[in-house]
Amino acid sequence: MLAAVEEGWADPRRLHAEARTARRLLDEAREIVATGLSVRPPELSFVPGGWGLPTALSGLIHARRRVGDVVVASAVEQEQVLARGASVVPVDRLGRVDLDQWSYAVRSPGVAAAALQSANGEVGTAQPLPRAHAEARAHGIPLLVDASASLGRLPAPVDFDVLVGEATSFAGPPAVGLLVVREGTRWALPGPRREAEFGRAEAAPWVPLALAAAEAWQQVAATREADDALARALVDRIRATAVGIVDVEVVGDPVDRLPHVVTFSALYLDGEAVVHDLDRRGFAVASGSACTASVLEPSHVLAAMGALTHGNIRVTLPLPSITPGLEAQVAAFCTALPDTVTALRVAHGVEDL
Amino acid sequence: MNGEPDAPGPDVDARGLRCPLPVIRLARLATRLPPGHRVLVWATDPAAAADIPAWCRMRGHTVTVTDEGEHAAYAVVLGSAPD
Repeated sequence: MLAAVEEGWADPRRLHAEARTARRLLDEAREIVATGLSVRPPELSFVPGGWGLPTALSGLIHARRRVGDVVVASAVEQEQVLARGASVVPVDRLGRVDLDQWSYAVRSPGVAAAALQSANGEVGTAQPLPRAHAEARAHGIPLLVDASASLGRLPAPVDFDVLVGEATSFAGPPAVGLLVVREGTRWALPGPRREAEFGRAEAAPWVPLALAAAEAWQQVAATREADDALARALVDRIRATAVGIVDVEVVGDPVDRLPHVVTFSALYLDGEAVVHDLDRRGFAVASGSACTASVLEPSHVLAAMGALTHGNIRVTLPLPSITPGLEAQVAAFCTALPDTVTALRVAHGVEDL
Repeated sequence: MNGEPDAPGPDVDARGLRCPLPVIRLARLATRLPPGHRVLVWATDPAAAADIPAWCRMRGHTVTVTDEGEHAAYAVVLGSAPD
């Protein structure tokens, strides 16, 4: 990374020697990530972090503006997709999109594009991309796959027309987004043609960041299968612990899912209270609950699945390479969890309900 | 609904309560009632829209939800004993 800052600081679009070096380094970074995604380098753009998804949607909708502007999306997509007046396709109790309704939605009039996650970062459930893509394609609808939760953790998706992801999901630097537009896909941003990244970004990426992303990709890809096996074993241990606690429901698909995410809800508990109690015991977890004043709406993902939204806890296992002692931490967590749930229920007088 | 003299009031008025309180109030009342009994709950918390049906599913009760504008009304028919 330091060497990259030394050598790759210049604007890669300029012609002087430093710029040529920067251009070469950027090409190398692109080649590495594109190869990992099984796409051609010009199909891949580095975009500012968080900009992949909105840019992908803008390009798809603008290119098909004469057809319509409806985006077909599963009910568990990110809020920014659903906020675009999407045609929302329900999911089942595991969080998997209803393919019959998906098929109906993509052949309705006025559809510009369809959007589906490779897997949901909140509950882990993977989506049936091959069939969803085939249905969309059969009706001439381009499929945008949001892989921001799965890149580096599951094999890279192949069933898409446009793909977006974030380098942070494979332990890369923040502020680097990935946008892939397959050759032949109708995709165009409104306004003047963008100068950088094959017309898909306002500015060239900072080369050291792109290199760091490529470096992270290589490291994660090299150990992905071993990391996957370890994460699944650890998550299975957490699932078994959670299932063993009375009135705790584990959410999401037990098998076809992200290897490192596990979510469950404890009846009658405030998610925030569980988060704080576990934090006090040294475990950092998240919650999709909305029981505190800071958030009004509970997780739309949990609600769409018909899951309990209160008492919700999400555990996201970090990569073992950056977390020594991961197995011991999970073992300690599995010991602490039943105590936490029982103690909180007693404290709130709900243990007899 | 408050202006109508004969409108039935709720058995559990959870308006203004945040999750998980609406479900807790409902569950506490349900422990004292026999199977087949109908319980009417009023709630304003958006989380209750997911959580009351989820609790009913876990406990084997059935629920019908009506949007009453200011609040949602949940008509819960208790199934067989929870345990």
